[in-house]
Order: sequence, then C-alpha cells, then structure tokens
Amino acid sequence: MPADTSAGGLPELAAVYWRPRASNRTLTHTGRLWTLSTAAHTVPFVVAAGVLAWLKPVLAPISLVLLVHAWAILELYAARGANVVRRPLRGEHRAEPVALGLLGDLVDRGVRDLHARTRLVLERGRLGTWLVGERGALLVRPGGRRVHCYCVKVPEPDLPPSDRTAHLLLALRTDEAGFATVANLAFSGATWRLRRRLPAPARQALEAAAQRTRSV
Amino acid sequence: MEPAPRLQEAQVSRLVRMDQTGHTTVAEWTADDPSAIEVAIAAFRAELDQGYFAVVSAGEGQAEQVRDLPVDASLVILRRPIAGG
Repeated sequence: MPADTSAGGLPELAAVYWRPRASNRTLTHTGRLWTLSTAAHTVPFVVAAGVLAWLKPVLAPISLVLLVHAWAILELYAARGANVVRRPLRGEHRAEPVALGLLGDLVDRGVRDLHARTRLVLERGRLGTWLVGERGALLVRPGGRRVHCYCVKVPEPDLPPSDRTAHLLLALRTDEAGFATVANLAFSGATWRLRRRLPAPARQALEAAAQRTRSV
Repeated sequence: MEPAPRLQEAQVSRLVRMDQTGHTTVAEWTADDPSAIEVAIAAFRAELDQGYFAVVSAGEGQAEQVRDLPVDASLVILRRPIAGG
C-alpha cells in the first residue's frame, strides 16, 4: 500500500508516495531483508576463506584477509547506522539555550535528563522505542534485539540542534508510521552491533531504550 | 451593580515558530479577546503560506497537525517540513 497522505498523515509523505507506509509488518520484513543482505555480503567471503585454507593451508594469509573483509563489511554497515545520531563537529549554536527550553517543554523530566546526558530524546511509540537526535532517529523494536537507524532531518540551514530534534519529535508524534516512511533507512540489525559503533553517551541512550522496550 | 470578580485570568495562548533564534512567538491571544484572535489567525495563515506546518499537543506522546488555528489550544507550534537525509 503506498504512503497515505490523507488527513492525520504527515504531509511530507507526498514526497515519497511510492514507499509503502511503514507498519510492524513492513518493519519486520525490512529487518529480515537486511539480515539476508548482510549474509549475502559476508558469507561468500567466510566460505571462500574456509575453502582456501582447507585446500591449500599455505593460502591461510589470504583466508585471513577475506575474513577481515567480511568483518569490515559488518562494521561499516553498523557504523553507517551509528552516524545518524552522531553529532556534527561544530561550536555551540547561539540560540541553543532558547531551543533547548522549548524542547524541554515537550518532554517529561526523565527524558530531559537523558537528553542532557546523551543529546537524544527517548520517545515510546507503537512501533517500538525511539531515540530522536538532530539529524536522525533510532527505532528499537519490541524485544530490544533489533534496531532500525533512520536518516531524517530538517533541511533548513542554521537551526539550533535542539530545534532540529524538536522538529523531528513533533513529526514523529504526529504520525509515527509516516515518520518511519519518510525517513531513509540507513541500517537495520542487531542492537549489539550498533552499540559497539556508538559514542558512549548514545550507548547509554540505546541501553535505556532497549530496557524500556523489554519492559513493555 | 458591580461586575462579578473574575475567578481566574483568561489563559494566554501562544503561536510559536521554531526558527534560527530557537523559537519566536508569532502571536498571543486569549479566548476573550476577539481582536487578538483575529490577528493570531492572520499570522497563522501567513506562516502556513510560508510553508510551515502547525502542530498542537494531543496528549502524552501525541501531536496533531492543524490547518486552522485552534483558538482553545495553549500552545501551537510551527515547524518546517522534514525529509529523509
């Protein structure tokens, strides 16, 4: 079913009309496709490494290179996912304190505290638990074992970081499935794979989201 | 006869735009001030014409996009469109 742009849906869906509207079913399906795709990218290298070492033990160094290559593919994908919540290197925006005040008004105290430590806003949704940053969001699926990483942003120059986060949070609250449809999926995989690539504060937030998801 | 004292001041509602300054209050009104409401409605329409979307809180973790100014809402927030990165 194409993305629904009717009343109640995000107007931004009109820009991605060809995408099926996200749902629990489509997210589970997407997760499986990512797992298959990851296996298709890595298993051939692992098999080739094993076959080479078995046929000619002298080729073991080449097998090792193949294994490193397979491992690098896994890590690169996870790093791509982690990048969606990585903060760009820049100085503090002059209007950040004002924007932070508005964002603080939108969330409760526990979420405010987590944001102060991690710069990510935790938001419980129907599809899972979200962590919203200034240029992307993580969706920890029920059970906490799989995470989807989305690239999504406000294409406006010079907005303070907390304003960017508030934009995404309000869009998410307006239409969660629409938000997951509009956003570009950068990575879907095991939570532990992503955790290793995240900066320490974001790891804290991911752990909090996974715990929240498991407790539902 | 003196008018009955008002038990409570009318609540001030705000139309806020998220922008480069953090946020800007575009309009303020109270339910008992028709002229302020008119000004707020005009400002609201002008912002929508500029490409902003208006959102009001609809309970915990929920928000609703509105196309007409909800006069009884305490806070209406104007946001820019989002896009996949």
